[in-house]
Amino acid sequence: MFHYTFHWNQALKALPQMLDGALVTLQIALLSMAIGLAVAIALTLFRLSGSRILGALATAWIEVARNTPALFQIYMAHFGLGNFGIHLSPFTSLLVGIAFNNAGYLAENFRGALKAIPDTQARAGRSLGMTSLQAFRLIVMPQMLRVAFLPVTNQMVWAILMTSLGVTVGMNTDLAGITQELNARSFRTFEFFAIAAVIYYVIAKAVTLAARAFASRMFRY
Amino acid sequence: MIEIENVRKSFGQLEVLKGINLTVKKGEVVTVIGGSGSGKSTLLTCINGLEPIASGKVMIDGTDVHAKSTDLNKLRQKVGIVFQQWNAFPHLTVLENVMLAPRKVLGMSKQKAEEIAVKQLTHVGLGEKLSVYPNRMSGGQQQRMAIARALAMSPEYMLFDEVTSALDPMLVGEVLDTLRMLASEGMTMICVTHEMKFAREVSDRVAFFHQGVMAEIAAPEQLFDAPEHAETKKFLAATH
Amino acid sequence: MFNTALSWSDLVFLAHGAGMTLAVTAVSVAAGTVLGVLFGVIRFQLGPYWAAPLTFVLDVFRSVPLLIQLVLGNALQSIMKLGWPPFTTSCVVLSLYTAAYCTEIVRGGIDSVPTTTRRAARSLGMSWFQDMRYIVAPLAIRVSLPSWIGLTLGVMKDSALVLWLGLIELLRASQILVTRLQEPLFILLICGAIYFIISLPIARLGGYLEKRWSPND
Repeated sequence: MFHYTFHWNQALKALPQMLDGALVTLQIALLSMAIGLAVAIALTLFRLSGSRILGALATAWIEVARNTPALFQIYMAHFGLGNFGIHLSPFTSLLVGIAFNNAGYLAENFRGALKAIPDTQARAGRSLGMTSLQAFRLIVMPQMLRVAFLPVTNQMVWAILMTSLGVTVGMNTDLAGITQELNARSFRTFEFFAIAAVIYYVIAKAVTLAARAFASRMFRY
Repeated sequence: MIEIENVRKSFGQLEVLKGINLTVKKGEVVTVIGGSGSGKSTLLTCINGLEPIASGKVMIDGTDVHAKSTDLNKLRQKVGIVFQQWNAFPHLTVLENVMLAPRKVLGMSKQKAEEIAVKQLTHVGLGEKLSVYPNRMSGGQQQRMAIARALAMSPEYMLFDEVTSALDPMLVGEVLDTLRMLASEGMTMICVTHEMKFAREVSDRVAFFHQGVMAEIAAPEQLFDAPEHAETKKFLAATH
Repeated sequence: MFNTALSWSDLVFLAHGAGMTLAVTAVSVAAGTVLGVLFGVIRFQLGPYWAAPLTFVLDVFRSVPLLIQLVLGNALQSIMKLGWPPFTTSCVVLSLYTAAYCTEIVRGGIDSVPTTTRRAARSLGMSWFQDMRYIVAPLAIRVSLPSWIGLTLGVMKDSALVLWLGLIELLRASQILVTRLQEPLFILLICGAIYFIISLPIARLGGYLEKRWSPND
């Protein structure tokens, strides 16, 4: 077709190498989510704290994360910090950029989840003699987790897709990076990237399905 | 004994309780009727300290509810309250809803808490629904669960805040039956309600609230058949 | 920091980059929305079972990184000897990407119109098309508009990735200046500010419409 011969064999030989890259991709995504979740919780608390400075910091973080491209955020980590004499490796820049992005989006999700639980729930707990901490921990929190679970899962999928941006700052050990290196050596662009696409698709679906299975066991109401 | 002395309470500019005096003795059932905005529901939340008061005093068995030194969490174990919106905990089964407070607040063993929860749920007619999640039940069933949840703390007093107002008319009966049963068992109760027939049947005394004032309080026959206050007459005429 | 080598012509260069970002976004959102409405209606009409192949294909566009999609799109057009310039390739890929998300938004919007309302329309003698045109569309647009605004903003940000195909859009223009002037932070801050300036009016409009059209008014 179109006088082009597809060379799938050559590309498939590189599969083990690409799967190694997929592991790095997953590793960055998971790490960035762990950092993102921790920071998002902190940002949520900052917003609730009533402190003007902390609140403004949280708002600024969330606005920048949500209103600029993820690639911009990675560039900021990779090139922008250079102004302060901080030169991050491609791996670290990518991780920092994605974690920054995750934290902003997750913090916004948490705020929504908190709003979704009516005050009357905590009140009902208080009227049974619970302390406010007990009412939060036993009644509000579990319901919040359920509301926030789906957005958190979506963010995880986003994080996986965002790791592919690392190749633009010279990352060469993750799936996109390895694919690009293989491509540069062989010029079998379509074959290599098609295989990479399939791997990304499978990972994204696996994460979604696993999360769904987990949710249906966890949240039975 | 619940003693309410000259209680005042405002929301911003609006004074909703203008000096209420009421004493409810052990074993007594007092119902409170009145138009919306008369302050009757606010009174209940002030009794168990969910809302602060501006002045006056609420004493429960000699403990001042609004004193700084009072442990409200401890006090609320003695005074159960059920709201118009039943506030079922949606993430817990019916049994878990009822077991939660006895376990976490009273520190009961799982076994003991379950025993009590099953007993109370059976009592209100939900013995078959133990492992169901609240959103699978009707409003009337959820409201009865909320009653069992409050009863599981073995309260000495129960406050009911328009518990049938949010229910479909056909579900009101089952909840009122539960309240009648409690009254006949000697529970001390204050019920804010719009159900006049029910008030007449179960009450030892009926109080009529009007614009933040307790206009009249009397035995049901007296209040319903020979009301003295002009506003009471007007209200009863309008509701019949 | 304000002692900068950044010249007036550099700012014009950035503005050109921003213009490219806007052009790619406008073309892709327009084409993606047309496709999305078409696919959304098809998905809704066919039901989940018969629309499964379409659903699957669209899901692929949402589960594979956009960067990979752009590379694949470019490789494909070269294999097929279409001779597309990078701008065309970028817009085609981004349009399909947009359409994949837009389809879900449109389907959700149609779904939100109660069947009883539609039955009422049909019982007045309206045709399927009239029902869609006069009853479903106005209601569904209200529900979908906030998400569509969000999608537009998303595509605007994601359009930065077309730099990989050699288009000089806002982020790439900034990067070129960074390399030349060696003032990374300052130039990137300007770049970020421009992204904000572009998205703010759109986001404001979205917030305004959301408030105005919220279901309980």
